[in-house]
Amino acid sequence: MKEHAVNGASRPIIERRFRLQWEAAQNSHVLLYPEGMIKLNGSAGEILKRCNGEATIDDITADLERAFATTGLAGEVMAFVALALQKQWLAVLP
Amino acid sequence: MNSPAVAARAKPGPPLWLLLELTYRCPLHCVFCYNPTDFMRSGPELATEDWIRVLREARALGSVQLGLSGGEPLLREDLELIVAEAHRLGFYINLITSGVGLNEARIRALKAAGLDHIQLSFQDSSRQMNDFLSSTRTFELKSKVAALIKQYDFPMVLNVVLHRLNIDHVEEILEMAHRMGAEYVELANTQFYGWAWQNREQLMPSRRQVERAEETTRRFRERAGRPMRIFFVVPDYFERRPKACMNGLGSIFLTVTPDGTALPCHAARMLPGLEFPNVRSASMGHIWFESSGFNHFRGDEWMKEPCRSCPEKARDFGGCRCQAYLVTGDAANADPVCDLSPHHALVTAVVARAEQPPIEEKPLIFRSPANSSTLYP
Repeated sequence: MKEHAVNGASRPIIERRFRLQWEAAQNSHVLLYPEGMIKLNGSAGEILKRCNGEATIDDITADLERAFATTGLAGEVMAFVALALQKQWLAVLP
Repeated sequence: MNSPAVAARAKPGPPLWLLLELTYRCPLHCVFCYNPTDFMRSGPELATEDWIRVLREARALGSVQLGLSGGEPLLREDLELIVAEAHRLGFYINLITSGVGLNEARIRALKAAGLDHIQLSFQDSSRQMNDFLSSTRTFELKSKVAALIKQYDFPMVLNVVLHRLNIDHVEEILEMAHRMGAEYVELANTQFYGWAWQNREQLMPSRRQVERAEETTRRFRERAGRPMRIFFVVPDYFERRPKACMNGLGSIFLTVTPDGTALPCHAARMLPGLEFPNVRSASMGHIWFESSGFNHFRGDEWMKEPCRSCPEKARDFGGCRCQAYLVTGDAANADPVCDLSPHHALVTAVVARAEQPPIEEKPLIFRSPANSSTLYP
């Protein structure tokens, strides 16, 4: 298993073999891959749709806190990004 | 027994998985093919505009994973048009192919049209067995196609159907897949429908063979530095509980056959007493929500004992309706793979016979128009 040393300045991007898409019929974001689909919960979808390879994890956190008028999301975002990296839904640009 | 709460069946979710069998024509003649053995009696193939309409209506219902299969889908000259429309609609598009007909011009066109992934079938790791089982000389060609798939940067699932004649080659098959750069390998033990049902005795592996293959696969997975994912589809005759076939009929899966018949699973057309709608005369919404063919095996009201009172019915939905019908003669019976089924001995007897070399060598029946016409004159 690869180590993913990420920090607030890392720029995550959807792994190239996955496609992130909003599915109205399921009222959720999904990740599509060969012959399969992962249905994402609301917060996972909100985080992943911001992972465009340009925004840093700090940017993403700040954007989410603005969008949902809240604070203190850094821990949750970082934990989810780590999980998504481990599952190879995300990659980090070097 | 039927409380009002049970009788008011919940509206099913969307048909997330749409499989279009574009044609029954196929250059291969595989002995384990699940296509119906009477495919020669099938009506004319749908036209391009029919398939396009099916795609639009299904997408509006929420279908998102699309399989394009057959037969050999590359025999449809409008494949690129179908892919382009599916891509425009937002499907994730899987092409399920033997590779025959996939030259560089076509793979380039399919890439441009928006195809997402290619599942390439091999019959074995050796040219001799591959070519024997498919009754064609296709091994070299398939190897070239595998290289093209990588060159055009498609993710590749390499699919090999396992059975008595090739299951001992799992190590070599996995090495071949690794060499070819497959992201996923599907080691799919034969499911006994269609042509495979005709050849069941000759294709049934012994228990020892199955255990060896599982062990080889496990060891291969454990070796470091192999990013390839391996799916080992278990041979259900060797299990004590049935597979959750299609996640329950009419739950997530909808397939359309070359002549437009809509089915809740690949093999369901064989089930007697059911009427399946045709996309030429019914909308996808009607087919999915209203038609009796899709509603019949939804929920659990159709179940008999031991399924009806079984605490596991919510997990496996009673198993496979087609297998229940083929083996026991009644599609509403428990899948006889289940050791709670009163018909389970019919399955264990077949497995026991596979431990012995066949007393009498029966010839394999290859999937071909001629054999289809002979079986159904």
